[in-house]
Amino acid sequence: MSDHDYRPKSKVGQWFNDRLPLLTLANHLTDYPTPKNLNYWWTFGGILTFCLITQIVTGLTLAMHYIAHADMAFESVEHIMRDVNYGWLIRYIHANGASMFFLAVYIHIFRSLFYGSYKAPREIIWIIGIIIYLLMMAAAFMGYVLPWGQMSFWGATVITNLFSAIPLVGEGIVTWLWGGYSVDNPTLTRFFTLHYLIPFLILGLVILHIWALHVPGNNNPVGIDIKKPSKDTVPFHPYIVIKDGFALLMFMIVFAFFVFYAPNILGHADNYIEANPMVTPAHIVPEWYLLPFYAILRSVPDKLLGVVAMLSAILILAVLPWLDTSKIRSAVFRPLYKQFYWILVADVLILGYVGAMPAEGLYLLIARVATAYYFLHFLVILPVLGFKEKTLPVPLSITEPVLGGSPNLAAARNKESKIE
Amino acid sequence: MSEKKTKRRDFLFTATTAVGAVGAAAVVWPMIDQMNPDASVKALASTEVDVSSLTPGNTLTVLWRGKPVFIRRRTQEEIDEARKVKMEDLIHPEKDEDRAKNPEWLVMLGVCTHLGCVPLNDKGDYNGWFCPCHGSHYDTSGRIRKGPAPWNMEVPKYEFVDANTIKIG
Repeated sequence: MSDHDYRPKSKVGQWFNDRLPLLTLANHLTDYPTPKNLNYWWTFGGILTFCLITQIVTGLTLAMHYIAHADMAFESVEHIMRDVNYGWLIRYIHANGASMFFLAVYIHIFRSLFYGSYKAPREIIWIIGIIIYLLMMAAAFMGYVLPWGQMSFWGATVITNLFSAIPLVGEGIVTWLWGGYSVDNPTLTRFFTLHYLIPFLILGLVILHIWALHVPGNNNPVGIDIKKPSKDTVPFHPYIVIKDGFALLMFMIVFAFFVFYAPNILGHADNYIEANPMVTPAHIVPEWYLLPFYAILRSVPDKLLGVVAMLSAILILAVLPWLDTSKIRSAVFRPLYKQFYWILVADVLILGYVGAMPAEGLYLLIARVATAYYFLHFLVILPVLGFKEKTLPVPLSITEPVLGGSPNLAAARNKESKIE
Repeated sequence: MSEKKTKRRDFLFTATTAVGAVGAAAVVWPMIDQMNPDASVKALASTEVDVSSLTPGNTLTVLWRGKPVFIRRRTQEEIDEARKVKMEDLIHPEKDEDRAKNPEWLVMLGVCTHLGCVPLNDKGDYNGWFCPCHGSHYDTSGRIRKGPAPWNMEVPKYEFVDANTIKIG
């Protein structure tokens, strides 16, 4: 890369850049060589950045009107909805924005799973991504508590009680988290503080995520290493900027549909009832994006083991680069993995569905089978597949399959190795 | 000589790190402990309840430390049912005699020991309580009989101040 050779044209630019090389950074970001075959599944990084900024901006404006107190929180949210100018719009963008954020992050994660983007040399990008995902879940959970409705209160009670499963110190930890003997005002104020803090931690991690990405460069649908810059790459600006921008526009149409036409469809009616510590709603369910993990929690009959299973289901992703033993990245060239990939997608969707249903009878049975399969996929299928699978021949460059390339890939490879 | 000097440095490094760690811990602890229940929360430690209006077969629910407390005036059948259960049949074996000193009165935290929901009265397979969240069944003594909850509903510290008043806490 020619980053270090960059020199601004203007004298002022040179003077500034010699003291703080921000213009070099800007130049790196615009010229950044990107594989030219990136498809629309690669546009979700940009979409996620948009989601984060949307949540921060709407969150800041909501915080100007919200009151973090057990006696006033519920009313202040209704005040935002009815009295504050455009308060309804800002709150609906923020509430649905959380769902859109998770929709985009799940597509982003499954993109990585399909094209093997988590594999060497991109493990650190992947692990930072998993930490961001964990923080997103924490932020979403605490944000959901703030309106202090029935689902807020009982969701907070159930989730914080997960910690009581820890032997010996569990109860003490829960009391410490609550700041009392139940979810109450001290809990609300600290959740508000943390809900405010976490997005900025995520922002910091997003910068590291992109930094780590810019070291090896993007993976691509073919999943091969490419030379940069070369005829296999295009500069980030304007090519990827325009493509990301178009995808973002499409995404915003979906986003706007929810905000303007179905702003409450992803929420629960019970949360429009003020929190009441004496009555638990008949059917407690988390928001849709946490349902698969909730199903895993409920599928284990033991309290501690249920919590362990749920946490493992998330943390197992962090070691995925070492569980997947296949050298080939992209599922395009892995006929068996491709099938298991789609079974995993179906498995997670099934877990999400049964997570929303009562934990009894057939639903419980399905949840148990799906939970077992989820772990089987990561702990058995992936490690074994790397050794057993017969993969398809991988092209030598991105350009090769487009131009027709060599009719005999093996011959082409032999030739190349001879030259070396 | 150089070896002696290295040792002196090692000692200084270790001592400095140790003192630094103690100092850091001394600063961190107040930051952690401030999240524990404060004096005003602890001050609400006990509450007195008038139970004179409660007739047998009914339950009064009161709030204590932000949690519901069930005060059940049990019927004779409920007491008999609770007392004839064999200890082997219980997930968390506790005698009804220990849970309800005065058999007519059952006082316990109305909090499911699974994940903290409030169980429903006169429901479930054991005529006691049923938690709607994850399906735990409790008997007429508030003992867990079926479902994911690990323990019986907790009996708080309480006493009869006079014939009609219970002091919880």
